Parts: sequence; C-alpha cells; structure tokens
Amino acid sequence: MEHPHQEERVHATEPVVEPGYTFSSVTDKISSIVLRRRTPLWWFAGFAVAFVLAQVLLLSITYLVFTGIGIFGTNVPVGWAMPIINFVWWIGIGHAGTLISAILLLLRQEWRTSINRFAEAMTLFAVACAGIYPVFHLGRPWLAYWLFPYPNTMNIWPQFRSPLMWDVFAVSTYGTVSALFWFIGLIPDFATLRDRARSRPFQWIYGMLAMGWRGSARHWARYEMAYLLLAGLATPLVLSVHTIVSFDFAIGIIPGWHATIFPPYFVAGAIYAGFAMVLLLTIPLRKLYGLEGFITDRHIDNMAKVMLATGLIVLYGYMMEAFFGYYSANQYESYMIHNRQFGPYWYYYWALIFCNGFTPQLLWFKFFRKNTVILWFIAVVVSIGMWLERFVIVITSLHRDFLPSSWGMYQPTIWDWSMFLGTLGLFFSLLFLFIRFLPMISIFEMRTILPQAEIEEEAA
Amino acid sequence: MPGIDSEKNFRLLRERVLAAQEGDGKRYWRSLEELADTPEFQEFMLREYPQQAEIWDDAVERRTFLKLMGASLALAGLSGCVVQPPERIVPYVKQPEEEIPGKALFFATAMTMGGVGTGLLVKSNEGRPTKIEGNELHPDSRGATDIFSQASILTLYDPDRSQTPIFREETRPWTAFLGEVRQALDQEQKPKGGAGLRFLTETVVSPTLVSQMKAILGEFPAAKWHQYEPAARNNVFNGALMAFGAPVNILYNFAAADRVFSIDSDFLACAPGNIRNARDFAARRRDTANMNRLYVIETTPTNTGAKADHRLALRPSEIENFVRAVAAGVGANTGSNQVSVGSHAKWITALVNDLKQSAGKSIVIVGDEQPAVIHALAHAMNAALGNVGKTISYTDPVEANPIDQIQSLRELVGDINNGLVDMLVMVGGNPVYNTPADLNFNKTLLDKVKLRIHLSMYKDETSELCHWHIPESHYLEAWSDTRAFDGTASIVQPLIAPLYDSRSAHEFLAAFTQSPDQKGYDIVRSYWQGQMSGAGQASVFTAPVLSTTNDFEQAWRKAVHDGVIPNTALPQKTFTIKTDWANQPAPVTQPPAPGTFEIVFRTDPTVHDGRFANNGWLQELPKPLTKLTWDNAVMMSRKTADDLKLTSQTGRWGGDTFVDTVNLSYQGRTIPNVPIWILPGQPDGVITVHLGYGRRRAGKVGNNRGFNVYAIRTSDAQWFGAGAQIVATGDQVQLATTQLHFNMENRDIVRTRTAEELQHGGEHHQAAEGHTHEEEPPTHDETLYPNYDYQNQGNELNYAWGMAIDISSCVGCNACVVACQSENNIPIVGKEQVFRSREMHWLRVDTYFEGTAENVEETHFMPVPCMHCENAPCEPVCPVHATVHSAEGLNDMVYNRCVGTRYCSNNCPYKVRRFNFLLYQDWTTPTYQLMRNPEVSVRSRGVMEKCTYCVQRIQWAKIESEKEGRPIRDGEVVTACQAVCPTEAIVFGNINDPNSRVSKLKADERRNYSLLADLNTRPRTTYLTGVRNPNPELSGEV
Repeated sequence: MEHPHQEERVHATEPVVEPGYTFSSVTDKISSIVLRRRTPLWWFAGFAVAFVLAQVLLLSITYLVFTGIGIFGTNVPVGWAMPIINFVWWIGIGHAGTLISAILLLLRQEWRTSINRFAEAMTLFAVACAGIYPVFHLGRPWLAYWLFPYPNTMNIWPQFRSPLMWDVFAVSTYGTVSALFWFIGLIPDFATLRDRARSRPFQWIYGMLAMGWRGSARHWARYEMAYLLLAGLATPLVLSVHTIVSFDFAIGIIPGWHATIFPPYFVAGAIYAGFAMVLLLTIPLRKLYGLEGFITDRHIDNMAKVMLATGLIVLYGYMMEAFFGYYSANQYESYMIHNRQFGPYWYYYWALIFCNGFTPQLLWFKFFRKNTVILWFIAVVVSIGMWLERFVIVITSLHRDFLPSSWGMYQPTIWDWSMFLGTLGLFFSLLFLFIRFLPMISIFEMRTILPQAEIEEEAA
Repeated sequence: MPGIDSEKNFRLLRERVLAAQEGDGKRYWRSLEELADTPEFQEFMLREYPQQAEIWDDAVERRTFLKLMGASLALAGLSGCVVQPPERIVPYVKQPEEEIPGKALFFATAMTMGGVGTGLLVKSNEGRPTKIEGNELHPDSRGATDIFSQASILTLYDPDRSQTPIFREETRPWTAFLGEVRQALDQEQKPKGGAGLRFLTETVVSPTLVSQMKAILGEFPAAKWHQYEPAARNNVFNGALMAFGAPVNILYNFAAADRVFSIDSDFLACAPGNIRNARDFAARRRDTANMNRLYVIETTPTNTGAKADHRLALRPSEIENFVRAVAAGVGANTGSNQVSVGSHAKWITALVNDLKQSAGKSIVIVGDEQPAVIHALAHAMNAALGNVGKTISYTDPVEANPIDQIQSLRELVGDINNGLVDMLVMVGGNPVYNTPADLNFNKTLLDKVKLRIHLSMYKDETSELCHWHIPESHYLEAWSDTRAFDGTASIVQPLIAPLYDSRSAHEFLAAFTQSPDQKGYDIVRSYWQGQMSGAGQASVFTAPVLSTTNDFEQAWRKAVHDGVIPNTALPQKTFTIKTDWANQPAPVTQPPAPGTFEIVFRTDPTVHDGRFANNGWLQELPKPLTKLTWDNAVMMSRKTADDLKLTSQTGRWGGDTFVDTVNLSYQGRTIPNVPIWILPGQPDGVITVHLGYGRRRAGKVGNNRGFNVYAIRTSDAQWFGAGAQIVATGDQVQLATTQLHFNMENRDIVRTRTAEELQHGGEHHQAAEGHTHEEEPPTHDETLYPNYDYQNQGNELNYAWGMAIDISSCVGCNACVVACQSENNIPIVGKEQVFRSREMHWLRVDTYFEGTAENVEETHFMPVPCMHCENAPCEPVCPVHATVHSAEGLNDMVYNRCVGTRYCSNNCPYKVRRFNFLLYQDWTTPTYQLMRNPEVSVRSRGVMEKCTYCVQRIQWAKIESEKEGRPIRDGEVVTACQAVCPTEAIVFGNINDPNSRVSKLKADERRNYSLLADLNTRPRTTYLTGVRNPNPELSGEV
C-alpha cells in the first residue's frame, strides 16, 4: 500500500505528519482556527499586551522625532548603540523564514512544510521591526529617503561605496522578496478560506486576496513554477542580507569590526537566531492549538539540530576572533579582545559565551531535543545570547578604539528600552493577528505530504 | 510697602520736573502732564491702583514681564527700559565709512583682568562684535589671547546680564540714581568731607579711573578708597616690600633665559603677562639646539608643571625650606636661618649647579600665591645670579595704588562695624560672594551702611544686598583705558552701544563728581587730552606720550586705532635689596597636625575667581589637567584618597565619573558634601580647592554649580593653610568630564624625545617602558581605492592645506578650544550632555600622563583637530556624500546633506567628529543671534559637524587674492586656533608650497610625525615631536 521509499523513511525517523490525517481533516483542522473555532481568551490577553507595547513604540518614535536621537544613550565614541543592536538582532531573526522556505524547498526537505508559513510570517514581521531602527536612529529620520537612488533636483546620487547604502538595497530587497514569497504561498489557502468562509465580508476579503484562484491544473502548473523561481531568487538573499549587514561593521576600521570572518559568522548567527525564535514561538503555539499532529517532534528535533550546527559555527567565530586578536600582534586588535573579555563590559562577553557557546551544546543530547520545555528555555537563552553578541560587537568595539583620550562608556536610556519593547510589541501584535486571521500552516502543502497524496499520485 | 514707594515716587517725580526745568531750560512742553509723562510717572499711576500694584509685586508676573521685555529690548539692541520706540528699517542714506555689508571690520580695544590689560582686535560684522583676536602691537598679546578674553564675547551677549538700574528690587531710571546720589553727597557727605563715604573697587589700573578717584577723593578728603579682589597679588606686593622696601613690578624676559626655576608659578597660563611669557618661553623651547630648561616645584599640578623638564611636587609647608636651600646654594642672602633639605638634596644640587652655570641667563619666578618671604627669596636669588637687568627687570607697579588688599578690606570692614560708613559705593567686584569668610562681609555687616550702591554686570550676591544696583557696561560697550603688565597703556574702545541701560565705571564715578552726566567717551578722551598735551593733571607717565606732533586729535586717533599708546611702558628702575631683609620675621608655615591636611586655594582654571561663572564656554571648557567641566572638586592624590577610603570610578554614560563626597572643614567652617577628585601629581596630604563656584546669583548658567570655597577661605589663609579636615559622607556624585582615560596604553600617540637625542639623531624616546615600536606607515599605493585625483578639480593654484602642531610648544592653555568655539558658532551642551559624552568642541586638547598615579613622570598636551586625512575613513562610509574630499584636500562636511547616520564618527580613528544629538544651538535667544559668526552655518539637530580648518577664512583669503590676481600668500590664512595660540604651536598653510612655514615644519624628519600613521589615513594635520631637555645630572629622576 505504501510507497517503499516512504516506508523506509517512516521507519528511519518519526513522521512529519501524524498518521490518520486526510485531505479534508487537514483542511478542517487548519482553517477552523481561522474560521470556526472561538477565539481563545489567551489570544485576547496576549494581543492586548502586545498591542499596548506597540503603542509604546509609537509613543517613543513620536517623542524621538520631536526631540532628537539624544533621547537615546548613544554618544561619541559610541555612535551606534541599541538601535543598531536591535536592528541586527531583528534582521537575524528574520533569517529562518526564508531559509526554511527557500533553501529547504530547493533541497526538498519536506518536513519544512508545516513550519514554513509560520516562519515566513515571523521573518516578515521581524524585518518590519528591524526596518524601523535604521530610519529612526538617524539624526534626521525625515530625510532617510536620501539613501535611495532616486532622481532629484539636487543632482546627487547616494554614495555607493558606503555599506549603509548596500544595506538599504539588501534589506529592502529581502523584505520585498520575503513578502512576495509569503503572499504567493498563501494564494491557494486564501482560496480555501474564501470557499469555507461563512460571513460575507470574510468571503469578500479572502476572495480578493485569493486573486481568482480556482485550483485548475494550469493554475497549479504556473503556480509551482513561480514558487520555485521565487525560491531560487530568495536563496541567495538568505546569504546576502546578513553578509551585507556584517559589512556595516567589517568595512569600518575600528578594531573588533574590521574582520573578514564577519560575513559567514553573521549568516550563521542569523540562522541560529532565526531557528531559536521559530522554536520559541512554535513550541507554545502547537500546544495551544493542538497542532502536534502537524508540527511533530521530528520538526522540533530537526530545528534543534540546525540550531546546534549554526551555534557551533558561531562559537567557532568567537574563538577565531579571540585567536586573531591575540595572535595578530596588533596592539589595537589584541587590546580590543582583551577589553571585551576583561574590560568594563566583561560580563556581557562571558554571558554571551554562556548563552551562545555553552547552552547549545546541550542539544547534542536527544533528551534535551525531545523535552520541549527545556528546548524552549534554550531557545530563549540563545535569543538573549544573540542580542548580547550584537551588544558586544557594537559597543565594546566602539567604546575603546584607537586614542585612549576618546574612550567612553555607554548605557542605554529608558527610551532605548522602550523602543526595543515597542518593536517586540509590534512583532507580537502582528503575529497574533497572523495566527488569528491567516492559516498558520500551509494547508495545500500539508495535503501534498499526506500519505493520501502519494496514493492518489500513484493512482493517477 | 506701597506707602513708602509712592512717597519715593512723588519725590522722584518732583525731582524730575525740577531737573527738567533747571537742567537745560531748553525743553518745552505743552502741559505739565506731558512733562511728567516719564516712566516714573507712569509707574506711579500704576501704583495708584492696588490691583495692578499687586500684579507688579507678584514675583512670577514681574519676572515674566521683565524677561519678555529684556528679550525684546535685546533684539532691538537698544538701551532703555520701559518704552520701546518703534523700529524703522531704512537703508543707509549715507553708508558709514569703511562699512561694507558682509565684510568684517576690526577695532582695537583691550580687556582688563586683575587690573592688567591685554590688547585685542575685535571683529565687527555690521556693528556687532563677533570674535576676539589679539592685537599684534600689544606687548602682552602679540596677536594671541587667552581663554578669558576669547570667552568675554559670550558675556557681552549674555541674556542674564542685568539690564536696568534697580532700587530696592524696582526698576528705576539712571536720573533717579543721580538725584539720590547728589542728595546723599550734598546733604550728608559734603559737610563732613565725605567721612562716611567709602569706595570699594577691584584692582584699578585704568589711568582715567584713577584720576577720577583722585578727583573724588579731592572733593571728599575724608572719604576712603579700598581695593579688593580675591586673586589680588598681595604676596607679590608684600614680598617686594620685604626685599626692597618698595612695591615693584617684575618683567621677565623668557626669550633670554636658558634656565627657569619656577616656584609654584603657573606663568604659562595665568599671572600678568602670561601670553607674552608663554610665547617667549615656547620660542626657546622650539629652538632645540639652544633649548631652555624648566625646573618646577609646585603643589597643585599646573600647565607650567606639565611642561617642566623636572617637576617636584612639594607640600606648601615644604616649599620654604626647599627654596631657602636653593637660595643658599646660589649664594643669595637668606639671613642666618640655614636649613637642610635631606630628601631632595640631589635635586637641589643639580638645580643649583645648573642655575649657577647659567648665571645671568636664568630666571627664578614665584607664583603669586606663595607667601611674601618666597618672593623676597626669589628677588635675592635673581640678584645673586646676576639675572637682574638681563632676564629680569624691575619697574614701578602697574597699579596706580598698590596696596595689600586684604588689609584694605579689613579696614573697610572695621569702619563699617564701627558705624563710620554711611555710604558704600562698590565699583564692580562681588565682595559678598568672594571676600574672606572671617571678615563676615554679609547682610548683617551691610545693614549697618545706610546707602549701598553696587555697579556690576550681573545682579549678583552683592547687588541683592544693595539699595542701588547699577548695570555695568561690558568692556566692549564702553570707553575706558588700561595698562599692560609692562605699563603700556591702551584705550578700551567700545564695539557696540550698550545693549542695556548700563554705565561704565567712568560714567558711574562721574555721578559722584560735579558733572554727573558726563559720557564715558568724554571722560576718557579729556583725560588723555590732558596727558598728551601735558596740560592736564600731573602726568603719571614719565616719558612724553605725545610724539613729535602737537596735534592731539591725530595722536588720539592713532592711539585708538593701534590699541596701544606709544612710550607709556614703565621705565626700568633699579631696586636694591635691603641687606637686612632676611632678618625680618616671616610667618613660618607649620605642617598640619596628624589626621588633617594642608589646603591650597586656587583660582579656577576656567571660571577664575567666579566672575566667569555664567559663561557657558568657560564652564564647559575642560580644565587642563582634570578635563572636569561645570564643577569644582577637592583635588587630592591617589594615596590620600586611598588613606581616606575615598574612591573615584568611571561612570557608565561615557563622560561621567562617580566620586565620593566629603565634608570639608577648615578653621571651624564646613562645606558639606563636596566631591573629591584624584589628581595625579598632587603631593600626598595636600588638598586643593578652586575658587569661583557655588554662585547663588550668577545667572542661569552659573547658579549653584559646584561649591563655594570662599566659605572657608579666611583672610590669614588666602592661598595656603594647614589643618583642613575631611570627613567622608558615604555619598557619591556624578561629575562631568570630557576625558576618562589619561594613560596612553603604550600606544604611539604623543612622541617625545630629549633635546640631546634630537641633536644626535638618537632613537625615538620610549618614555614609558614597553612602547611598542610604531609600525611603518603603509605606502601610498596600499589602498583599495585610487588616490584622490587633485588634478583637474578646479584647483589651478594647487593649494593643499595642512597643519603642523608642535607638541613641544603647546602649553595646554585651551585658548584654541574657546577660539574655535567662538569662530565656528559651536554650542555648549550642558553638564547633563557632557555626562553622555556629547560635548561639541571641534578641537580638543588631550592630556596624557606618563608614570604612575603616585609619581607622574611626564604630562603631555595634544591638541586634536580634524586630521583632514588624504584617505579619510569617514568619507567612503557616508551613504549620502555628506562628507567629501575637496580639491584642496579638505575633508568637507556638508551639513545640509547630512542625515545623521554617525557612521563617519564611528569610523574616525581620531574621534574628532561631533554630533548634534539634540538641538544644542540656542536658536531663540536674540542676543546670541547677534553674536554668531555670519560666515559659519549654525547647525541644527541631527547633523554631524567637525573642524573645517576654518574654511571660511580660506575662502575669504581666496577671494582677496583672486581680486588681486595672485596666489594666497603664506600666512594669509590663519585658522582661529592658530591665531589665538600664544606659543605659536599651531601652524597652517599650503603644503604644496615648499617655502611655506607649515611645509618647512613638516619637512623636519626628526620631529614631524602623523598620528596613527599605520592606519594609512595620511593625515594633513601632523605633529612635531615633543622635546624635553632634562638635566643629565638628574637622569632617571623626575
């Protein structure tokens, strides 16, 4: 009855979908979260908290624009601080989505199917949060559009040698492609929701979003091709975005920034952070919505393994940074690493090593990968660790550079924190809206990996 | 008290009407109402209605009103207090001579401090003074200035200055004051010859003012004139009396001095003639083949101590013994009491030998604060070394009436206490704030005086206890005269009509004469007319001040134009030391009891004695050796602090330091909760406190900053004392500093060599052990990007601007920092922003110590402006092309293109870029709008800024040279920092011209180096290695 190949895989690992689901039960289960089931109380509570925090963001930005970025703790020599730390952190989190969607799609890792929609949404929201910072950390944010190459009466182009310029392209392209990819992936599901919605407004809205999808063979043929092409387009972006973000630092001549290891180390760190965030969110969600049948222990296990792998790369990066600092015989470099480890911010450095270097080693053991509670805490620790990593890179490099007379210190202000909390609020607000109004797991793709699909394929 | 006031008003009104009738008789009026339609009358009318009177008396209402009024008046730049005349904007019908809109004019004037004047040239843009420069013809300035004169322009435009005469907290017209003074003089003082009349001034040098005082004292023979200022040179006066029996003025010729022994003298940074002395000293410093050598013994580290080849930190109680030993060594008459100084014997021997070898070519100089006996010893040493007449000359004092001012003040206080004083006239000064604590010059004392009058620029602590407060004109608003440290007289010429209803000291004193409404101009001019034509009072000038011509008008115009009056320098005079001087009893300083400390009082390096407390530029100017801003602190050594378990920790915000606070007691008086500061180079067991802080009524900027040291400074311990007690409070406070780290961390930043090494081509002096050898700078081609193409960029004349800064010459006086601030419209940011390390100075002076915290071996000053790198790291990282390379090699900052990413600042290895994190510039205060340099953009928030090499001055020189069809000459472009530098440490010019001064300096391969050269930034600003000239006998010691 079963495909021999499939049988082998089932024996080898746990299934990516619990046995017993059919096409219609999958569709029912996922679409009912949006259309049928009563919105749970915890959703309202969670959304309320997130929404209030999002208003804190609005408030902070308003005050910022009226007062100036002096409300932050940024100073000279620490010209970049919390906003840039948060920017890189959010961008990093935004890496898992595209990686799962595009690269794993191309690699035909079908276990990705049940988590890709969610990861993509998370990516998109994280990029939205990230995008706020580079604009509003500017001295004059209302002139941020000067970074775009647009025809203007001043007859000036942006400076193409500046990594910030590259950043504009990298992040905006990434944001656009992620959004497109996500939306195209949603079209068949919009059609499903349109067909199942009972109230007129929902039928109308989902109908608009479904863009006339009828599920004909021609639709499917075009759709599959478009999706594949977009995946191909998105794949290099996974690597390029964080590479270019790392150039913001690597191009600078400040010890601690000026390092060739930055691009791979940043990309690995981003994937690491992204998977940590996906785990952080899916573990409670699948419990709350009872989706263990779709997001199985196998998914959790795989994601933990990706985290372990990228965590090791990141740890290697830390070790190489220290090694080159001491081995270089360059007094600025060796002072930089010494200052990170034993200077005034030593606790940030060692906390980082604990969070990102030590903690993921637990994932070598199946016990920790299976225990979702511990895994969730590991994901939290890794997320904190990745924030600390950016703090260490940005702050400890800048606060003591070449001339000791200019050395300084940095401490965030209440507005630095309110902006950060605010973006967390925005992120979770969007996420709550997403799980309430859109199918958080791709319905049609789930159907393709059901055993039933294999049978019908064979029958055809 | 409406009753009393309305009574007063009736009297004033009556006076006014009578004065109008009698005074000139030429006024016509249609009705008595019109005549009476004076401000007093209107006020009186208001007063008739109690509701309005209440409003008027309400503090908030009145203040708001006055503030608005003050602001609008300031905008109009008018005098007057109640009625604002309509403004009409009309073009010139006749353009003033030489006035070309947009082109600045310069006028000579002079600023007086501590009685001694410095000649200045002040830039005027359309009638507004905007920038102070030195007057090259003046013997002190020689074109340079110090921080105080640079910053004085901010005081001129200070909106907190008092604006109208005030009687008992009420605004009054000047005429009312004249009436009251006349009445008091005629009715009370005249009959008894002025027996109840006292004048209290600061040190007076102005010949006109002296003649006015003499005229008043002639009219009121029983009146007395007292002088007091907190930083008076009483010890110099007493020392001269001790040695010579007469007061003397000492002139030093540092240009001729091979060896200088400074006894606690900061002659490079303060004391009269410091600008000239620093210039002469530095000239000999640069002459490395024939370099001078400086020995310094001092207590509190000073700029002079930092430049010393050998510095010894001594407690005040140790200094006398040490100096006596040196004096005995050089063969000076020190009397019978011989002393031995065991621990410093080697130092003394080396010093004595060196001084003796350079006999006739050395200088022994003593700080003003040192007790009289040290001054006398120095006189004896200079005489024994044969320096007198060669490196040192004596003249009569510059002050017209040199006295011991403490004694003078004591007499005044005694008279007041004995009820002898009816009328106290204080001309300037702020005695309630700054007189010795034991004299109790306070409300209780002043209440014994029936009529108290105070002339002052601010309504300060003294003004609030006086009946009458008369606003004093700033020196840029009034005619006056002054004399330089060598006696050279200058006319003080106003640059602008008084902004407020203020009077100069001359006009004020005229109120006490028979012609009370004389204008300052007439007073000063008629005095000099008398002097120049020889027809006036007995001349104080020995040589004829009028040259060959007898045309006074011509001589006067020349004197005003040049800023100096020829032949007015005091002639050299021979004074012989009394043979028995050493037998006079001298007070012996006792070492303090165990558990107590010796205390040293000093004027503050930036706010001086407190008179500049409301000057934001000076408040925010980092003090040379601590980099402290906005505060004073109890300075102590690391060991003293450790013994007391007091700590100082770098803060967390970037520019803050957390220090413990203590209760500081001296002679039974206590100042609670004062912060400490650990100062390297301070001897153990000694604390130093700086005057000038703790002002209650300084103004918005200066109120309640720091702590008031005058509260414990007594008349018998003006500068030194023993027995101060310190009790830790357990609290900490945050102080704002611009530099947290004074250690070079073995990096190749400031290079020093000895003159010996330099002469013999020795290796770069590794001052601190373990200096890593600087890496070879990369070659020019080692760059990713092509070298900047200077050809075909519209720079046909091939200019390449560059700067060379001589570390050897820089004395860390900070004048360049304030000059830059003034020239380039740089805002102050306030203490809270300095905490966040956001000060805006384009040019900073870094200070580095070498050695240990206990034993500072060397102190270095390094002025750091923008380096204008050929490979500027800031340029490629700006995403919007806001910082770009110019064809002449400048690293230009385009403010209106800047979006504020701050990447350029991050990537600048020199951290010279400054960012407007908030709106630091004051866009609203109208007076500040008058002050700004119209040639420099005023930056708003959110943009980066930095040193431009004074591009506006370059452009101006270019325009001038192009008009004449020639290239810019060397020395034609002078940056603001260069112009002001007393030691000529900064040289700017075209480095493509091999004959320019800067090119020649940069060509000195032995000394010229680039900061952080191994980064391949290729700076246009380079440094000349610091050179020291240690005594080989003392090698290995400090």
